[in-house]
Amino acid sequence: MKKKSSVSVWLLPIITGLIFVACWYSLRLWFHVSEWLLPMPHEIIATMVKEHSRLLAAAGYTAWGALGGFLLAAMTGFLISLLLGRSLPLRRSLYPWLLVLQMTPVIVLTPIIVMWPLIGPGLPGIITITWLISFFPIVVNTTQGLLSTDMNHVALFRMCHASRWQEMIYLRVPAAMPFYLAGLRIAATLAPIGAIFGEYMVGNSGGGSGGLGYLVYSYNTQIKIPALFATGLTSCLLGFVFVAAVSLLNWAVLHKWHDSFEREDH
Amino acid sequence: MASLNPIVKFSAVSKRYGDGPVVLADLNLELAPGEFVSFIGPSGCGKSTVLKLVAGLNPTTQGQVSVAGTTPRQARDRQAFIFQDATLLPWLTTQHNVELPLKLRGDPVAARVAQAREMLSLVGLDQVRDYYPRQLSGGMKMRASLARALTLAPQLLLLDEPFGALDEMTRFRLNEELLALRTKTPFSALFVTHSVAEAVFLSNRIIVMAANPGRFHAEVSVEFPYPRQAELRELPGFLAKVTEVTRLLHLVEGASRA
Repeated sequence: MKKKSSVSVWLLPIITGLIFVACWYSLRLWFHVSEWLLPMPHEIIATMVKEHSRLLAAAGYTAWGALGGFLLAAMTGFLISLLLGRSLPLRRSLYPWLLVLQMTPVIVLTPIIVMWPLIGPGLPGIITITWLISFFPIVVNTTQGLLSTDMNHVALFRMCHASRWQEMIYLRVPAAMPFYLAGLRIAATLAPIGAIFGEYMVGNSGGGSGGLGYLVYSYNTQIKIPALFATGLTSCLLGFVFVAAVSLLNWAVLHKWHDSFEREDH
Repeated sequence: MASLNPIVKFSAVSKRYGDGPVVLADLNLELAPGEFVSFIGPSGCGKSTVLKLVAGLNPTTQGQVSVAGTTPRQARDRQAFIFQDATLLPWLTTQHNVELPLKLRGDPVAARVAQAREMLSLVGLDQVRDYYPRQLSGGMKMRASLARALTLAPQLLLLDEPFGALDEMTRFRLNEELLALRTKTPFSALFVTHSVAEAVFLSNRIIVMAANPGRFHAEVSVEFPYPRQAELRELPGFLAKVTEVTRLLHLVEGASRA
């Protein structure tokens, strides 16, 4: 039974993917959608092969921006959550402003950030934009986790004379781990998007170059549609690498004890 | 003559939460060292609250609770609380769970490892030291919880329906084990339960509580000598005691419903 389900894990998405590609081809072959609007999948692959050195270099550059922003978000998100989880007054005074920061469209902030001293265009600017986009879900999830500790566990710690610091380190933080990792997982999907968006904007203002976002800008101005599709596919692959890395981390931290990894053999 | 001083003393204790109804009214009780007292009563009679007052997890509204001659909070290191569920930390192995109170107290690693191992073998869990809680059965979890509570060698154990979720056979076995543990590491106990048979088997005194407001309705002493064995449950005297307490309980439940 277990074998069967693991086969379907692979088989079902492949089947839906094939159906999708078939629809794509039929749009071109039967409904005569024009070539420049919708290049055929094999043309996109061919472009990817042809442009592979540019795409690969760009993906590598973007990966640094995304990784930098993601790690910064993972660290600051955790620290901000510790502050928010520690005291109610702090939570009340900070949370609305975090919301304000999150509600302000990044597209408005980007030109401002790029002009700031010490940040500016280039990698620091891109990292800042990525951070802005990806830290919020980490904060929301982790704070929720820190506050959702089992009340009996808290009572147990109180009975043991645990200090607030001990309660944080040995109880609240581990209990919040599944929440933190869920936040990281959302952030992992957002970070490459943030970096590409940042590069696109920075490329616009004439500073940055080299990333996938800049490639989008440059292919767009040259109306190289298959190359744009190829860039999209490359971005998607980069996103998968991030999500896979976080899933691996999630497994490493939780699989021994958390119910979401409950095995059937006991 | 310190041993004659009560380990727990309730003097005219009342409890209400905020402006809510009175949860507990005018409780008076003295628990001598070495006693095992059970509280039984209809749900909502405040049995668990009684334990929380002793643990210092809740303050009293009126009157005084003293533990070992001092306040409940100051006496915390002399008591341990066992909750309805085992409250093991799911991310720690059984061994590390049992070490936790010692770790929080700041004991050196070697000492706490040894102490936890000893407690685990006392409750018969040597084989599963490295298992995580989710790999343990309900009975094993409770044994681990007992081991954790006893690592600090408390004078007083507070047990809030600890075996309520277990099947009857496991519950009987754990009742016997709990009494056996008391011969190795002596402690006084306050025990909340819904099971009359459990209360009779374990305690030397049973307090039947009534609800609305929660109060001590009647007290039954159970004179079977310790150590008690499983066979006690088959004696006519045991069954008579169970009947006596059950009657009192029915009386109280009828009255609080009216």
